[in-house]
Amino acid sequence: MLYFSRWKVTAILLTIFVALVVLIPNYLSSDQIKSYWPSWLPGRQIVLGLDLQGGVYLLYQVDVTDYKQKRLKALEGDIRQAMRDEPRIGYTGLGVQGDVVQLKIRDADKFDEAGKRLRNLLNPLSTAALGGAAVSEFQLDQGSDGLMRLGFSPTGLDKRLGTVVQQSIEVIRRRVDQMGAVEPSIQRQGSDRILVEAPGEKDPARLKNIIGRTAQMTFHLVDLNVSPDEAAKGNLPPGEILLKQKEAGGIPMVVDETPLMSGEDLTDAQTSFQSQTNEPVVSFRLSTSGARKFAQVTTDNVGRLFAIVLDDEIISAPRINEPITQGSGQISGHFTVETANDLAVLLRAGALPAKLSVAEERTVGPGLGADSIAAGERAAMIGTVAVVIFMLAAYGLFGVFANVALLVNLILIMAIITILQATLTLPGIAGIVLTMGMAVDSNVLIYERIREEQRLGRSPVSAIDAGFRRAFGTILDANITTLIAAIVLFQMGSGPVKGFAVTHVIGIVTTMFTAITFTRLVVATWVRYRRPSVVPL
Amino acid sequence: MRLLRLFPDDTKIPFMKWRKWSFLFSGIASVLCFVVLYTHGMNTGIDFQGGTLMEVQTKSGPADLEGIRNQLNGLGLGEVQVQSFGAADDVLIRIARQEGNDEAQAAVVSRVQALLGDKVDYRRTEMVGPRVSGELAQNGILGIISALALIMIYVWFRFEWQYSLGAVIATLHDVVLTIGFFAVSQVEFNLSSIAAILTIVGYSLNDTVVVYDRIREMRRKYKRLNLVVLLDLAINQTLTRTTNTALTTLIALSALVIFGGEVIRSFTASMLFGVVIGTYSSIFIAAPVLIFLDPQLAGDKSAKKVEDDSDEAAEPA
Repeated sequence: MLYFSRWKVTAILLTIFVALVVLIPNYLSSDQIKSYWPSWLPGRQIVLGLDLQGGVYLLYQVDVTDYKQKRLKALEGDIRQAMRDEPRIGYTGLGVQGDVVQLKIRDADKFDEAGKRLRNLLNPLSTAALGGAAVSEFQLDQGSDGLMRLGFSPTGLDKRLGTVVQQSIEVIRRRVDQMGAVEPSIQRQGSDRILVEAPGEKDPARLKNIIGRTAQMTFHLVDLNVSPDEAAKGNLPPGEILLKQKEAGGIPMVVDETPLMSGEDLTDAQTSFQSQTNEPVVSFRLSTSGARKFAQVTTDNVGRLFAIVLDDEIISAPRINEPITQGSGQISGHFTVETANDLAVLLRAGALPAKLSVAEERTVGPGLGADSIAAGERAAMIGTVAVVIFMLAAYGLFGVFANVALLVNLILIMAIITILQATLTLPGIAGIVLTMGMAVDSNVLIYERIREEQRLGRSPVSAIDAGFRRAFGTILDANITTLIAAIVLFQMGSGPVKGFAVTHVIGIVTTMFTAITFTRLVVATWVRYRRPSVVPL
Repeated sequence: MRLLRLFPDDTKIPFMKWRKWSFLFSGIASVLCFVVLYTHGMNTGIDFQGGTLMEVQTKSGPADLEGIRNQLNGLGLGEVQVQSFGAADDVLIRIARQEGNDEAQAAVVSRVQALLGDKVDYRRTEMVGPRVSGELAQNGILGIISALALIMIYVWFRFEWQYSLGAVIATLHDVVLTIGFFAVSQVEFNLSSIAAILTIVGYSLNDTVVVYDRIREMRRKYKRLNLVVLLDLAINQTLTRTTNTALTTLIALSALVIFGGEVIRSFTASMLFGVVIGTYSSIFIAAPVLIFLDPQLAGDKSAKKVEDDSDEAAEPA
């Protein structure tokens, strides 16, 4: 047990040396790393968690109910269109009923034809291949009395939601990139959630505002023939809806339900200033097809108002003074430079395919983060020093060995955290301090064992040898049980708690390594050079 | 230099003699924990209950808690708690979960920010929606159960089923008492508390396994020794190790409780409590429980013969 081959000694010392090299970049600024640190050496720094450097953690949930309603509404429109195709099929009672769109076909001899047309609307998402069944978004339930019901197929909805989450992530990424803020991480979580983490973000409110907006922009013609008061009482002409204005005291206006065009027709949006008033506005440019549509509509409706609607709220409703044919325009709406910028970002990045709601939010300001780092460092320092003093008092020279092992342990933990780019959180620091306390356990086990063996009359070399050998099994069993609990914690934890699990797991592994290699090496070297007649324990 | 020894060598403390008292004490304590848990409940944080938590720091002088409370009550957000947090200018605001949809919940933070404005520094805001909080609670309970199950299996493989069961009984005892600690002290029970409990589970088992390891070793060595005598011997032999490790861990944890800051105090304080309980349980619960679980060794001679033979076969060394 006390003999070390030369290559083993080299390997142990090399590991510690490598760990030290890995740690150096943590003491350099990023500029220093760029200019002085050799690029072939690992230049990574420890990643601090949100609770230490400040930042935002946002968990969004796709609003499934809202999405389903929207899809069914669109399906209803498609059905109406399909039945209108020549030869027309007569129907009654078309509408969304809970989770399905239903309608009743009038003539019995049109049932088959209607079923055929409806089946074309099922929206196949994948074809049958390699043993998998074909998946469509919707399924058709055809009654013998001509009652047709179209609803989501269970697998189809799951598949659609997957796409929705994916698209949402892309849109969020575009928006955040355009904001030019710190780089957040955006990940899918579970089936219908998106996790956004932005460390170091100083303006969480703005980030939230940018990410959470659906940003569905549409243009609608305004109907001034119906007074909003009448409409509010329920006297809305078919195909028209009542929307609130953002300005003008929130007075509602009656507009066409079907939009003239939507945000998808935009190719660009920028903040600019109106020439007369110097007020910030958002100028937009339309795609070729969008420009053609817009030219047509504005030519047909000179003199009427059209409402620019963002997420069911009218931003402004300018009058069409002349046909707009050049394919660009301006949106004014009493913006500040910042709100105009944000709107431009939202329009450029596109709309979210479904409404997102915040399911969980955690924000830490930079002040608290700095305080936490200071508190963590102080606790780590004081805790470690106290443990070191205790070990010296209890085990003398062997306490020195244990303390050197403790230092090596600390270096290894920090180096592994740096290499793995694991996030260091405040509970993570607590995990390291706890490891410092528990790490000496292996040394205590070994030392107490050596003491016992010596008292049984063994010679120093034989006692030390037996001490390490016998303690080894115990150390293994004891640490593996602790490791199991820590790994479970890692699996289930998130955020700061995960940070604790990470350092705890790493700490247990490095503790086992230092106890059975480094401490043994130090003790073996001491025995070889001192040839003690008694082990001072 | 004289080394610090907490106990003299060759202590002969009759731990097993005290087992009646330790079982009685732990039994009563566990029942009391359930009683307090039932009558007072736990101070569950927003992680498991949903709601909003904000830590703010006033920019000029100590915070006027009453004033802030009155202002917040004006918003009509339901139950609002305002309390001092560590320092005089540090305030913790807790707002109960909002009835209705996610949007009302999400709006709380911005409404409070609009009210308090620039007079305070927003150190931390946390909002947990109802759906997430339910899942977090479920995951936490699942985590503790699966950790216990996995460890039970490991100890079963490495030792025998009696040890595995004994270890789990001792650990469950620690978990119950720690939950009792949260109920009695009304320290906030949140996600990090689950982490604390899992850490305590890990530590307590570590301790128990070391004692069991020694018991197993002695059983191989002294096959005819009475189990009660053997258990006492094993505990006495590992006593210095048990206390020294507990001490260094407690030293490190105390540093965390005192200097680690207010944010993780509930986490560190509960771990401190758990380590003390975990150490106690490995000596006074985990070991004596074997007397009940392992009747073959407690004196049943007919069973012992078989045990001896199988032991020989299993350990050719």
